[in-house]
Amino acid sequence: MQEIVLYIFMGASIAAVLVMILNRNIFYGALALLICLISLAGIYALLQAEFLAITQLLIYAGGVLVLLIFGIMLTNKISGKPVLTDSHNWFSGIIISTSLLGVLLFSFQQTEIMIAQSNLNTTRNINNIGIELMSTYAAPFELSGVLLLVCLIGAALTASSFKKKTNG
Amino acid sequence: MAKTDLLFYLSAFLFCSGLLIIFTKKNAIMILMGIELMLNAANLNLVLFNFQKTGMEGQFFALFVIIVAVCEAAVGIAIILKTYHYYHTSAIDQISDLKERP
Repeated sequence: MQEIVLYIFMGASIAAVLVMILNRNIFYGALALLICLISLAGIYALLQAEFLAITQLLIYAGGVLVLLIFGIMLTNKISGKPVLTDSHNWFSGIIISTSLLGVLLFSFQQTEIMIAQSNLNTTRNINNIGIELMSTYAAPFELSGVLLLVCLIGAALTASSFKKKTNG
Repeated sequence: MAKTDLLFYLSAFLFCSGLLIIFTKKNAIMILMGIELMLNAANLNLVLFNFQKTGMEGQFFALFVIIVAVCEAAVGIAIILKTYHYYHTSAIDQISDLKERP
């Protein structure tokens, strides 16, 4: 049962990525990215990372995708026709990405990945994540808070039209 | 276990298709989407290695990767909006002059 759900999620993410590559409409690309992110969240939940799955749903599907769609709407004059994008460099792009894919697949096949036998330990729950985030990972947690604040101020200052406001 | 091997191949495929999107698309927002796809492939790899070990380090690393990706997306969208207001386009091959136009 679990494996069938896993295969469904994998197929959905691969199909969504193919839609992103082959389609010219940016809106369809954004929606395909949404499908890919949701199926990745499902895969995380199957791999015993439930907190990460919920974080992925909240932040990516709720935050980043809305931001990207805002960007699409603000940078294109929408007049009823679909928002299309051009593409170039198909030859060199396909050569570089398929060769990298070949190298990665070859090295994954060559490597013997050690699998710990105790996959079903009970210490990997949300209680433990909260405790470790406040004890072991306290410094990166605080630093990420500072990073989010700096990013908020920087994005607001960059996107705002500062000079026009002072003139008017 | 065969299915985790398949998931490693899936993460490699996602990374390479993100790279292909960055190479081939002309719109700047589509390039940001490709970057997000590559970061998600790296996250899937981290969660897979964490699934095969006993600790929880991979999950925390993936969490911080998500936080940094959100910051990158916000600042990137802000820069794209600013260049769109100046050049009136978001196709990156038409944004080619650094100096102010006379």
